[in-house]
Amino acid sequence: MNTASTPIVEVRGLWHTYLAGTPLETPSLRGVDLCALRGETVGIIGPTGSGKSTLLQHLNGLWRPQRGEVHVCGLSVNDPAIDLRVIRQQVGLVFQNPEDQLFERYAGDDVAFGPRNLKLGREEVRERVREAMEQCGLPFSFKDRLTLELSQGERRRLALAGVLAQRPQVLALDEPTAGLDPQGRLELLRILRQWGKDGDRAIILASHNMEDLAELATRVYVLVAGQVVLEGPPEQVFERTDVLVPAGLSVPPAVEVIQELRRRGFTVPHAVLTPAQAIRQIEAILHA
Amino acid sequence: MTAATEPLIRVAGLHYAYEAGTRPPISALRGIDLTINAGEHVALVGANGSGKSTLLRHLNALLLPSQGNVWVAGWNTHEQQHWRDIRCTVGMVFQSPEAQIVATTVEEDVAFGPENLGVSRSELQARVDWALRATGLMELRAKASHSLSAGQKQRLAIAGALAIRPRCLALDEVTAMLDPAGCAQVSAVITQLHRAGITIISATHDMGEAAAAQRVIVLDKGRIALQGSPREVFADDASLLAFQLDLPAATHMARTLARRLPQFPRDVFTVSELVDAIVVHAGVTS
Repeated sequence: MNTASTPIVEVRGLWHTYLAGTPLETPSLRGVDLCALRGETVGIIGPTGSGKSTLLQHLNGLWRPQRGEVHVCGLSVNDPAIDLRVIRQQVGLVFQNPEDQLFERYAGDDVAFGPRNLKLGREEVRERVREAMEQCGLPFSFKDRLTLELSQGERRRLALAGVLAQRPQVLALDEPTAGLDPQGRLELLRILRQWGKDGDRAIILASHNMEDLAELATRVYVLVAGQVVLEGPPEQVFERTDVLVPAGLSVPPAVEVIQELRRRGFTVPHAVLTPAQAIRQIEAILHA
Repeated sequence: MTAATEPLIRVAGLHYAYEAGTRPPISALRGIDLTINAGEHVALVGANGSGKSTLLRHLNALLLPSQGNVWVAGWNTHEQQHWRDIRCTVGMVFQSPEAQIVATTVEEDVAFGPENLGVSRSELQARVDWALRATGLMELRAKASHSLSAGQKQRLAIAGALAIRPRCLALDEVTAMLDPAGCAQVSAVITQLHRAGITIISATHDMGEAAAAQRVIVLDKGRIALQGSPREVFADDASLLAFQLDLPAATHMARTLARRLPQFPRDVFTVSELVDAIVVHAGVTS
């Protein structure tokens, strides 16, 4: 099962309609195919309302497919007999602004909530809390802090630690950096990159921040009005401003600079994603 | 009324602490002195928790100083009899568009504020029309508010604030939750309102957005750490980093290039300025 070529997440022909059969019926997903291999960080880009969050919420069984199939870690979310708790332990879902959902008085209790629900022993729970907090750059001593005393960046990392403490195989995140200050954002990206290095795991990341995806994703899907309109490595997808811009999306500034230089007649041989790559290309143009 | 020379907003020795039950209060602002003149466009930047939102909430008397004073158009926010005037002078818009929409249709939502102020029927209609036009929502006036996109909802929130005819808008990270198209729509509306003479005070994490303001104020741990034109504030990369901030992406790239190419301009703030600088430089070197 753990061979690299087996998708750890596989979505086939997924449809979802909110309030189906009522006057307020709203189609959300319209036949989405998506997969993630172990070791991949897959990005989902789309404008607001494109279905990103709905798609993520299918991955841990918050929604059952109305039509189509969802498989994660060898389990079928379609199977009515499946124990959803097992799926939710395997797929950690991090919502938008997860810090709004912290509910314990002390930080450590919030991280321990998942492991305690798994009926693990006291020592095991402690060990997992320590590990998860460490992964998220929070000193273990923070476990005794009041949740409300932490900064927004710390609270977001604490919420992530609560998900990681369940030791999921797949991490699905919805706009993980929205509302964070620049340093908080960099810290979060570092944590995700580190967690995703383990070749057995996969990260699925929905965002409209193109710079986040340029930094992290190995492959991206572009979702527009509930359908996948593009898929591929980020450097290829970001070339397609003809599709992205009309859909209300943009490209990272580094990519924009290179595209504008090409438009003005400069030859820029290589695709770029990050500022560092763009600078190398610009220096070549300027013979620096 | 206020003399022309009087600043629109004056903050003196402002301290504010949030009460935290049995624990000692949490200090959010620790001595802010600030004046903002009518017609300015000011960006407020700083790490999460630096006090941006707390400061903005003092500008229309949503919060009152624990110590110090805030004057809006000459009225002291400590004086309750002026709250109505103060709130008609400074309109507030928040981060989450959903949280600010109260009525079923776009038009009703915009009318909510002035209706509560008891303005006449004809005046109400004029204000609603003006606010809808200013935010580009005229076509959507009869739409159900919940059916709007996030960018449209945020413009609706701005229209609602505008309908009370404020001289100033205080914006608290209004683009943070929007996709790029939504951000662009809202930023365009803000630029236009500023041109039309409305004072803009905008808290943001987007350094590119901050670079478009006339003045940037950096808050750090409840104090003003730095302020000046974008050029002045973004001059010192190292101190920005110490305040948990960053440069606009284009500025960052320009400065990296300038390290190898001393002639390359360090103060570019947008992608198109950067491209122009590269084109000029390529012309010089070739």
